[in-house]
Amino acid sequence: MLPELGHFALILAMLLAALQGFFGIAGPALGKDRWAAAVTPAVAGQFVMIATAMACLIASFIGNDFSVLYVAENSNSALPLFYRVSALWGAHEGSLLLWIFLLSCWTVAVAIGVARLPRQFAARVLGVLGVVSLGFLLFTLATSNPFLRLDPAAPDGRDLNPLLQDPGLAVHPPILYTGYVGFAVAFAFACAAMLEGRLDQAWARWTRPWTTSAWAFLTVGISLGSWWSYYELGWGGYWFWDPVENASFMPWLVGTALIHSLAVTDKRGLFKSWTLLLAILAFSLSLLGTFLVRSGVLQSVHSFAADPRRGIFILAFLIVMIGGSLTLYAWRAPKLKSQAGFEFGARESFLLFNNILLVIACGTVFAGEMAPMISDALGLGALSVGTPYFNPTFALSMLPLLALLAVGVHANWKRGKLGDHTRVMVITLVVAAVLAIGMIYGIYSHGKILSPVGATLGLWIILTSLVDPIDRWRRKLTLSRAVLGMAVAHIGLGLLVVSLTAVESFTEERDVAMAIGDRASLGGFDFQFRGVSPAEGANYDGQRGTVVVSRAGQQLAVMYPAKRNYWVAKTDTTEAAIEMHGGSNVFVALGEDLGAGKWSLRFQIRPLVNFVWLGAGIMALGGALAASDRRYRTAKQVAAQTAPAAAPGGATPVGAGAE
Amino acid sequence: MRLPRFAILLCALACLSLLAGRPALAVDPTALANPALQARYLALTHELRCVVCQGETIADSNAWLASDLRRQVRELLVAGKSDDDIRGYMVARYGNYILLKPPFSLRTAWLWLAPGVLLIIGALVALRIVRQRSAMVAQDTEPLEEEVRS
Amino acid sequence: MARFLIPLGVFVALAIVLGVAIKHSPDKENIASPLIGKPTPQFALPDLSEPSKTITTNDLKGHWYVLNVWGTWCVTCRAEHPMLLEAARQGIVPIIGLNWRDDDDEARAWLNKLGNPYALVIVDREGRTAIDLGIYKAPESFLVNPQGVIVYKQVGEITPEVWQKEFVARIKGTTAGKS
Repeated sequence: MLPELGHFALILAMLLAALQGFFGIAGPALGKDRWAAAVTPAVAGQFVMIATAMACLIASFIGNDFSVLYVAENSNSALPLFYRVSALWGAHEGSLLLWIFLLSCWTVAVAIGVARLPRQFAARVLGVLGVVSLGFLLFTLATSNPFLRLDPAAPDGRDLNPLLQDPGLAVHPPILYTGYVGFAVAFAFACAAMLEGRLDQAWARWTRPWTTSAWAFLTVGISLGSWWSYYELGWGGYWFWDPVENASFMPWLVGTALIHSLAVTDKRGLFKSWTLLLAILAFSLSLLGTFLVRSGVLQSVHSFAADPRRGIFILAFLIVMIGGSLTLYAWRAPKLKSQAGFEFGARESFLLFNNILLVIACGTVFAGEMAPMISDALGLGALSVGTPYFNPTFALSMLPLLALLAVGVHANWKRGKLGDHTRVMVITLVVAAVLAIGMIYGIYSHGKILSPVGATLGLWIILTSLVDPIDRWRRKLTLSRAVLGMAVAHIGLGLLVVSLTAVESFTEERDVAMAIGDRASLGGFDFQFRGVSPAEGANYDGQRGTVVVSRAGQQLAVMYPAKRNYWVAKTDTTEAAIEMHGGSNVFVALGEDLGAGKWSLRFQIRPLVNFVWLGAGIMALGGALAASDRRYRTAKQVAAQTAPAAAPGGATPVGAGAE
Repeated sequence: MRLPRFAILLCALACLSLLAGRPALAVDPTALANPALQARYLALTHELRCVVCQGETIADSNAWLASDLRRQVRELLVAGKSDDDIRGYMVARYGNYILLKPPFSLRTAWLWLAPGVLLIIGALVALRIVRQRSAMVAQDTEPLEEEVRS
Repeated sequence: MARFLIPLGVFVALAIVLGVAIKHSPDKENIASPLIGKPTPQFALPDLSEPSKTITTNDLKGHWYVLNVWGTWCVTCRAEHPMLLEAARQGIVPIIGLNWRDDDDEARAWLNKLGNPYALVIVDREGRTAIDLGIYKAPESFLVNPQGVIVYKQVGEITPEVWQKEFVARIKGTTAGKS
């Protein structure tokens, strides 16, 4: 009963999405106000239907209804309750439903938020979101229905992939998707502006908080994925340039460029067509990522089960959405010219460099990601691209960006010469360099050629980002959330850079064969192997090792690296033991049983690695702070800005005197 | 003009980035006696994909196929084979998929040159835009918002 | 203003590449073997039933044979086993087993218990020959022609359809892409 109800709810949702799309776009185009007004009820109705469908699927999982094929493939009666719920997004069909649900949540939020904006524009935004939703619902119902029945019902399920039976990985998809999907809002704003044939600074101000929030979620989502792979996959790595990781990283890079470009459009009315293009590009990359992961064109440990039929459907959807929006762009963008100027050392300049470098970085990742496919399509033979390509090429665009960031935060809008702020820049650079050298040679006593560069850049960014807020605070000036958020986000980035440098430069690793009672040492830590004993869980059995860690004779902790065998899913996982010690991570993983009571163990000392994710989290926090600034939400100001539009010939230039 | 100094700084940074360091040493229980060989061993094992894991290098993987492949690399190194020989050995058996670092050849030149070319194009575009906009500053009389900095 | 059409143009090129990629994607599930069309790598391995006896590549030349890589630790090999017994019963082509990284006694016990489809079993205890063959998971099977050239590789278990379409058809010379 419930699965059928869920299925029916999805069909209704699809119809409502079609109505939403139609009324939202045709209404304003044809001047039919009643149609435009019908959009909001459609949004609400669609949300109710999709929520119902989600609830039905969750209920099927919790109730262990193995007559539903999706439940039978991804769950098991021995699976703990928490994972029975998170199993919902454990595979293709359910994760698509999650996508659709999150899109609906964003749409409801947008519907509330645009209530104060001009009616026609608001309707168009919601209309575009409706079209996106329609595409996904069509795709789900046609090729990926999670409510398909299994007849006769399976006696029990195949169990959730053990790698996914982990709290970190349970929340990673919802948060990641919230970000991924959130770029649809910027996309919708962009399409609405193109449909209207008008894009001004007010538009940029409306779009900013939505885009920055989506970006913040995506930042957290990607970091969670990285953190999870660090402690789950058993080898201490946190980023592999895996095709699916890249698929989420590319929208992030463009999204970062977008939030900065929006700032310029907001403040100066510049870069309008470029911002438009970035908004289209960010969501297009989200859609492309969705395609790559689900169509079978990628070989990856992440990708869902391959099905060319799905690939064709998504490709058609991509052609409609991306091809359509880019055609609109080619038509409307040429008319968006601004007469504003800025000098070489002005903030606009630095943001221009920021955008160019970020887009180039994204292009580099894109090239590496698509190279196997391009090579294959052009008949150039098989190709495989991994870390040895991505690391140096990515660093090539990132290092200049970091240096420019440290300098650019001081720049003023419109006017600036390079010689401005030299004193502050030099002082902060020198302090950063001294701290960096001290850290590298004082604490760790060795380093690579790039270590001082990375550490200095990271510390320099942190210092320069602190200058302005501290200065304002001392002079008792107001510190808006937008400015504070920017400083916090940049500080987070600086921290991320410093810790990445530390991890990549100073990680020590050792594989040792040990018998019970044997000792090994690494990086100042001593390890004693105390043996292995059986360990059982709800749906697995395995071995649990005991290792005592001490430093300078003092026992620090007892660590329990484990190997698990999930009997239903027939997979083994390695559960590494990780201990934090003064900023570093001590990492112990159980290798193989070498027989005769000996086991191979891997020890790793990873300095500052936790600050990688902390830094990313602080970045996201900065974004959230900035997005919540009052200037985006005050209805009065929005009304003041739309007044000139309603009264032709009004003398108030947009954006002036509004604050 | 201040531009040349700036440009030199950026170029220097760009050049440094090409020397991006590799992760620090992973010591196998059976390390090679010769340090030069050991260094090559580590470099090579970080360049070869663990084909059964789809997401790790053979240096990092716990899979026994990975340890077999590592053994193979060790033996080939001790036998005096060059790095190219060893890569060729692996590719002859597993195809290009086992390489994480695409070779630089006529067929892959576009991939390796793309980042540099993009940067050059980007720099030229940036220069052009900044020049254009600088020239427009004099005629731009529109007032800025109160908060000059942000 | 042609430059505003550039993004659309790039996207069209991308869409074409993606379309081609979808077309080729069924082949992507497994790593393509570079050994197709090449002679079997040289090996000299002990016979499971008589460990003192060594079998070399040359001993196997002169007729079609299937080389099946398996191990007692491999769950899918267990699932494939009945199909191999059936194939052996058909008697079209001998199946040579390559016991990969296994224990001799356990391998013999396994075959005794489940039936032996193999005309011969050679033992690769250390996995070197498996690497030469580009093996990355079990079971994998090779079809080798009388000249000793590998004409087909199957990654994963042989199903009845695969057996007929890829192996038997090639032996009987009825597939277009025979060798």
